[in-house]
Amino acid sequence: MTAPTMSGAARVSAPPARRSRLVPQLTGWGFVFPATLVIVGLSLFPAVWALLLSLRDGDLLTGGDFVGLANYRDMLGDAELAASAGHTLLYTVLFVPGSVVLGLALALALNLKIRLIGFYRTCFFVPYVVSAAATGILSNFVFDPDFGIVNAGLKALGLPAMGFLQDPDQAMLTLVAISLWGGVGMPAVVYLAALQDIPRELIEAARVDGGAGRHVLRHVVLPQLRPATVFLLIWQTITALQLFDLVYTTTKGQPLDSTTTIVFYLYRQAFQLFHSGYGTAIAYVLFIVTLAVSGAVLWRGAK
Amino acid sequence: MTRRSLAHLFLMPLALLFVAPLVWMALTAFMPDADINTYPPKLWPEHFTLDGFRRIFTEDDYPLWLANTMIVAGAAVLGHVVLCSLAGYGFARIEFRGRGVAFAAVMATIMVPTQVLMIPTFLLFKNMGLIDTLGAAIVPWLASAFGVFLMRQFFLSLPKELEEAAVIDGCSPLGVFFRVVLPLARPALATLVVFTLLGAWNDLIWPLIAISSESGYTLQLGLATFAGARHTEWSALMAGNVVAVLPLVLAFILAQRHFVATMSFSGLKG
Repeated sequence: MTAPTMSGAARVSAPPARRSRLVPQLTGWGFVFPATLVIVGLSLFPAVWALLLSLRDGDLLTGGDFVGLANYRDMLGDAELAASAGHTLLYTVLFVPGSVVLGLALALALNLKIRLIGFYRTCFFVPYVVSAAATGILSNFVFDPDFGIVNAGLKALGLPAMGFLQDPDQAMLTLVAISLWGGVGMPAVVYLAALQDIPRELIEAARVDGGAGRHVLRHVVLPQLRPATVFLLIWQTITALQLFDLVYTTTKGQPLDSTTTIVFYLYRQAFQLFHSGYGTAIAYVLFIVTLAVSGAVLWRGAK
Repeated sequence: MTRRSLAHLFLMPLALLFVAPLVWMALTAFMPDADINTYPPKLWPEHFTLDGFRRIFTEDDYPLWLANTMIVAGAAVLGHVVLCSLAGYGFARIEFRGRGVAFAAVMATIMVPTQVLMIPTFLLFKNMGLIDTLGAAIVPWLASAFGVFLMRQFFLSLPKELEEAAVIDGCSPLGVFFRVVLPLARPALATLVVFTLLGAWNDLIWPLIAISSESGYTLQLGLATFAGARHTEWSALMAGNVVAVLPLVLAFILAQRHFVATMSFSGLKG
């Protein structure tokens, strides 16, 4: 960035009193401008553009005609969209509480001073760094109904084989299980950081007062973890509502569209059927729902 | 029974369940397809072979996809380290007019989901001639609100005395930044690097939209396509997975001691 040059120029032309105000201005903007340009330019500007696109019947090549709220009205009568919203909702209500509760349990155990602690932490976090593409390929392999290891295990235990990702009734549940495997490391690390921040005296005082482990957890530890819980509920909900990658690399929305999520449906509408106006309208509704859910969690968490 | 042994009883089987698929993935990558396609599946390779790795590096454009991903992720990490730490420092330490508004605008972007931005960004890049070039995959990754926030929080937590001493010694703002502040920011930068690497290396949906020529694919996009077309060549698929996953696993293990500490000061946990 050119901050030093700019301040050099200011030194020559501006009288001393003005210079003392101008130099920090230019230096400050010199530091923050490049990042601000990239972030705001690629976010707020397209967000406004998207709103305008959602009012047109564009096809990714031409802007299309202005159709007002027709795209939003069409969404109301779109049975496939409703089904996709249902699948996303099912995934969200299973994944969000599942990952937060399991993450908390892991963090409580990982916070004890025990042997192998580094090994455990690595085990639970490593799946989080594995991409959805790699996870998808691995899942197709492990959960293959005919020769996958999971069905081999079930058979060895004398249990019936399952269809997993190829059974419309089980596919979404299987995706939740895979997501928990890959996603629980994040809440575990966040809770771990929060646990290590709780003042030791607080817990010791509660113990001295005769609190049993369960009561210390409920009345001392959990209230202290509340900000972390609020953050995680919002974060995991946003993640869940945006599920796409894992669907794309495992089922592609099948079988019988049972795993078509909102974002997968949006992708298909915009980039395969070229209904970009309709696609942006769906994206905007998803945006508003996300804001509303986050707001509700924040509001409840603040009480 | 003590709390500690209870913790082991809970953690040990779960930990094995979490790593087992990855260990098996790595083992499968060294098995010949004939051994993989048996039922029940073999857990341990009887005949070690590098055939899967040989296939991915000689057939298809896999080496190209790997190179593309390294370029995209490298540019993303470099962009983040430079732009986000500069901006984080500016927002934390330098007072200038418009600072509050600029910071609020950056933070506001966190709420806008990528799905809303996908279509207009695609159109914008198409007008700029960026679609189907690596530039399209790189530009959105150069900086992020999360990165700016993380670095700002870190700089706010540093004591000011060192910087003030450097200024008295005649150091310019950029000099203070590069010689005094940045070397102190290593734990925060390690976290930023790993999160950026994770995001850029693993990104699927944006390259899927922005890149259409197979030679321009990133690793994840190539893997996803490869898996659909060659779903019976498991050793090659698993070898591809191992190569795609290993750099991040190593980066995470190297940076892991910084994580919990960074999470604490960044206020991520609330």
